[in-house]
Amino acid sequence: MIRNSAAEMAAKLNAGDITSVELTQLHLDRIAAVDTDVHAFLYVNNEGALAQAAEVDAKRAAGEKMSPLAGVPLALKDVMTQKGVPTTCGSKILEGWRPPYDSTVVKNLKNNGIVILGKTNMDEFAMGSSTENSAYGPTHNPWDLSRIPGGSGGGSSAALAAFEAPLAIGTDTGGSIRQPAAVTGTVGVKPTYGGVSRFGLVAFSSSLDQAGPCARTVLDAALLHEAIAGHDPKDSTSINAPVPQVVAAAKSGDVKGMKIGVVKELNGDGYQSGVRTRFEESLELLAAAGAEIVEVSAPNFEYALAAYYLIAPSECSSNLARFDAMRYGLRVGDVDGASAESVMNLTREVGFGREVKRRIILGTYALSSGYYDAYYGSAQKVRTLITQDFNNAFEKCDVMVSPTCPTTAFKIGEKSNDPIAMYLNDIATIPVNMAGIGGMSLPAGLAPEDSLPVGFQIMAPAMKDERMYLVGAALEAALLSKWGAPLLSQIPALAGK
Amino acid sequence: MTSLSRDDVANLARLARIEMSDEELVNLSNEFTVILDAVARVQEVAGADVQPTSHPLPLRNVFRPDVVVDSLTPEEALSGAPAQEESRFRVPQILGEE
Repeated sequence: MIRNSAAEMAAKLNAGDITSVELTQLHLDRIAAVDTDVHAFLYVNNEGALAQAAEVDAKRAAGEKMSPLAGVPLALKDVMTQKGVPTTCGSKILEGWRPPYDSTVVKNLKNNGIVILGKTNMDEFAMGSSTENSAYGPTHNPWDLSRIPGGSGGGSSAALAAFEAPLAIGTDTGGSIRQPAAVTGTVGVKPTYGGVSRFGLVAFSSSLDQAGPCARTVLDAALLHEAIAGHDPKDSTSINAPVPQVVAAAKSGDVKGMKIGVVKELNGDGYQSGVRTRFEESLELLAAAGAEIVEVSAPNFEYALAAYYLIAPSECSSNLARFDAMRYGLRVGDVDGASAESVMNLTREVGFGREVKRRIILGTYALSSGYYDAYYGSAQKVRTLITQDFNNAFEKCDVMVSPTCPTTAFKIGEKSNDPIAMYLNDIATIPVNMAGIGGMSLPAGLAPEDSLPVGFQIMAPAMKDERMYLVGAALEAALLSKWGAPLLSQIPALAGK
Repeated sequence: MTSLSRDDVANLARLARIEMSDEELVNLSNEFTVILDAVARVQEVAGADVQPTSHPLPLRNVFRPDVVVDSLTPEEALSGAPAQEESRFRVPQILGEE
């Protein structure tokens, strides 16, 4: 049962084959059995999840109209507030904090009857590509426990691959939904910026952050996408327009006549050979499904990584100023006669981890007088050039594609002392965030040399999110008929308890 | 090649309100030489003719109607406070003695 898709679980709930309480309990049991090995969760809300499930069951029994995913469990990235449930963002500075309000994403999940199992591990404040920056220890990739599950949303992606939850919420600032999806053989979607409300999403880089769905199938991601998306007056950057018809697109998967643009610059040197093999194979399958494959060029993408590591730290140095030890969270050094400033200094020293401090200092530098134009100002110009590259390319194609990541999952500890090597994981995912458009990663198979998952990335113009689901569904169907079973059926069994 | 000295980093840490040990300052100063070299690449293409983009959406002055809506109660707002007194956040001394 726990290996079913969310859509299959929903069908069984509708048919009365199982109750939400039973389905939720199966997942809580699975978490209890395997999460000591995987460490996908920072907090498991046993009682709250079962209470929510019982409520959904009662509504269904009373004959109320149910939304498509009602009663299906989900894992929530610990960057989203949920009223009364610990929310740490993977940081010691928020240890023990229980937010007094629900984020809009959580409100939407609850309104749809989606059962929230608990909070998943992440790189501290979503800064990282491996979850190694979590103050609570790393998450392990269920494909190989000695490897990283991606980041920052490694807890969410690992929970899906370990069958601890069929659905999860992620957030994507530079690839934090798509890269974890790629290295765990799962599906992750970063919607168009403004498509999903950021209210209650603890801010890292406000002009780049976007919440989105994580799942094991393209249809499940689409169902979750429609459940959480839509205009929110509480987020001034939320788009006031109808949600793209992503479920219909995921059900259709018709790519006949669609033009798929292969980004010349996001392939070749620096990409692992097995990643390229699976990418090329996926292109052939899409061509066989009736799509036209064209090559497009985006000459400024090579500057995206540099621009990102100025813009994101700059915005984070400002956003994280709110952690001042005054209104919530950790407070250190509050002894008689201590000044507010010294309490702030000491609290932030103890409460923030190494990567967070590195980025706050870098952002403070990039925004400081005398350096602003050379760094932050120049990065903003690169952002314009990247958007222009996308606009030019989308004149020649309907979607753009690339490998999601240059490599498969690396070993825990392998890159933790080399920030630049770590940042390179996001080279293919960052341009999407810079332009505010949509991006999806779905499994393209295992790399022959290491038998680890490879991700295929699809990028669509702003508010044309349905195109990613059309292409994703087409590729998923073609790969499924080639493999005979989903990729995750090949994952090694976890020993568990 | 841009570099930041230990003292430069100490000044930035002071501005960012983060206490740092000498070891942390030296480590960051070393790392920044590499990181700044990498990010300085943006200057290669950022010509005077290119307009900056600060945000992906061209939005200006988004308002909602000025009506009273539910908000947190004082108890909820104070629920995460490290210290409180008489329904207020209790904070360390902000102003000097004089």
